[in-house]
Amino acid sequence: MVPETDAPAILYIDIHLIHEVTTPQAFSGLKARGLKVRRTDKTFGTMDHSIPTSSRSLAGFDEMAAKQVRTLAENCAEFGVPLYDLNSSKQGIVHVIGPELGLTQPGRTLVCGDSHTSTHGAFGALAHGIGTSEVEMVLATQCLLQRKSKNFRVNFDGRLQPGVTAKDMILALIAKIGTGGGTGHVFEFTGSAIRALDMDARMTICNMSIEGGARAGLVAPDDTTFQYVAGREFAPQGAAWEAAMARWKKLPSDDGAYFDQSVTIDASSLEPMITYGTNPGMAIPLTGRVPAATTAEDQTALKYMGLEPGQPMLGHPIDVVFVGSCTNSRLSDLRSAAQILRGRKVNPRVRMLVVPGSYEVKRQAEAEGLDRVFKDAGAEWREAGCSMCIAMNGDSVPAGKTSVSTSNRNFEGRQGKGARTLLASPVTAAASAVEGCVADPRKLA
Amino acid sequence: MKISGPVVVVAAENIDTDQIIPARFLKVTDKIGIGQHLFEDRPEFQVKKGAEILVAGNNFGCGSSREHAVWALKDFGFKAVISTSFADIFRQNSLKNSFLPIVVDPKTHAMLKPGVVVSIDLASQTLAIKDGPTVGPTITFPIDSFSKTCILEGLDEIGYMLKHDAAITAFEGRGV
Repeated sequence: MVPETDAPAILYIDIHLIHEVTTPQAFSGLKARGLKVRRTDKTFGTMDHSIPTSSRSLAGFDEMAAKQVRTLAENCAEFGVPLYDLNSSKQGIVHVIGPELGLTQPGRTLVCGDSHTSTHGAFGALAHGIGTSEVEMVLATQCLLQRKSKNFRVNFDGRLQPGVTAKDMILALIAKIGTGGGTGHVFEFTGSAIRALDMDARMTICNMSIEGGARAGLVAPDDTTFQYVAGREFAPQGAAWEAAMARWKKLPSDDGAYFDQSVTIDASSLEPMITYGTNPGMAIPLTGRVPAATTAEDQTALKYMGLEPGQPMLGHPIDVVFVGSCTNSRLSDLRSAAQILRGRKVNPRVRMLVVPGSYEVKRQAEAEGLDRVFKDAGAEWREAGCSMCIAMNGDSVPAGKTSVSTSNRNFEGRQGKGARTLLASPVTAAASAVEGCVADPRKLA
Repeated sequence: MKISGPVVVVAAENIDTDQIIPARFLKVTDKIGIGQHLFEDRPEFQVKKGAEILVAGNNFGCGSSREHAVWALKDFGFKAVISTSFADIFRQNSLKNSFLPIVVDPKTHAMLKPGVVVSIDLASQTLAIKDGPTVGPTITFPIDSFSKTCILEGLDEIGYMLKHDAAITAFEGRGV
């Protein structure tokens, strides 16, 4: 028997998002136990990781991936879980559609079998990734066994300079604390530079909390948050909205609240950032030079990346540019990339892919004519999905080729076996696409 | 649960779950045979079958939440991994699969070289090191008592949670 005093807390989950990759074994487990999905009104499915982005058809697509996608559809139908499938106007990357639909709300607990669930913390929700065993647990019970995390305050003071974005802020943090710096903690992002960000930018920051080792990252909700949520499909309406606002306004941490760890970064001194190695902590200012390889890990990373210590990052030739992923595929990301590309051409040596985060982002971008800007520049304009961030669907970077990518991971092989990934913001990615090498977006603004 | 035998050492730090099992092998709908792709793109790690205990560098299992990483390690034949720290989600996934993520201090970690034989006893939370004829220290490792009990008694966590059904239902009745 487990003594109750030693048992973890039972945490009720308000929203459970599911997708095709991390659920089939969980549904198999439910079937083996003869259990139902406890709350089909709190569980939402979509398809994003292993789907094609060249069209919405699975005809002729990778048979294993197609089977996985069909399995999700079958499981959702059998268990009564709503599913935004490839034909739905609500389909998209889980971390893009949750907020878009108003499912992500301040004070909620939200989980998904995906480590970038930390994204939803931008709304002051407690949101983190879980494994498939925990997906099964939440499907069956709507709860998790959970111990309290330590908390880690990340304070960004000051004003960002032109050309510097939320992506640069989070890369600067991870470069400072390392990929394990936040292990065992939840980040709370505070300070004037965070307050000044719109919701898309806050999501970019919270999204990469996991790359700093923290399962979750939070921003206290404020008027920016409330204005974003208001009127969305699943947002509270009328009297319920007023009641929700009253609750949400009580959520921010008290002045003088205790934090187990704390770090302050002067946002006004930040430059555009870029990674040079094989984890997101290996990041430097764009104008910097590749640091000396002092450890075996550094040496392995530089060899894999084809970079030399002391080499400037600016001017390093590239082959692929990817604008997309749950980190940077929202409307404001696409607008900022389009602003650089308007009236310019993608360098002939570069293949550029622009993959909106959701059907809705795609629709809005097309309504503004952003698709024309990308296509006129010579970029590929795709259907919504995870695409080249995880390279499960055939969208990949060839071995030995270098990409500038707005995604979240530069791990060996992440964008394809042997692929070399440089993580950067959408404006840095767009500027690099034009120049055919790592380029400074401030020169093309 | 007792595990004893030689260790396989992968010295690199920050080994992410993409290295443990690359994403192209996540298109499966079951767990069968997933171990054949363990460390597939890192042949230089020279991880060969036969050992049950893996020793890895700091911050093992960072990155993606894919439980496939733990399934692959287990299916390959490993029963425990020893490091100086683990990423949170990987550690959680490991415990849910009765796969032991054992944290040791850097000094102990430095003793765990190829050829060393390690004996792990979960009940006493101890790890004994033997290097050839030299008997090394016996170290105590941390594990939360709930996970330890679940693994030792084969307790099913979903079954445990379902026993709290009345409390969950009452909570749901509170509204909001």
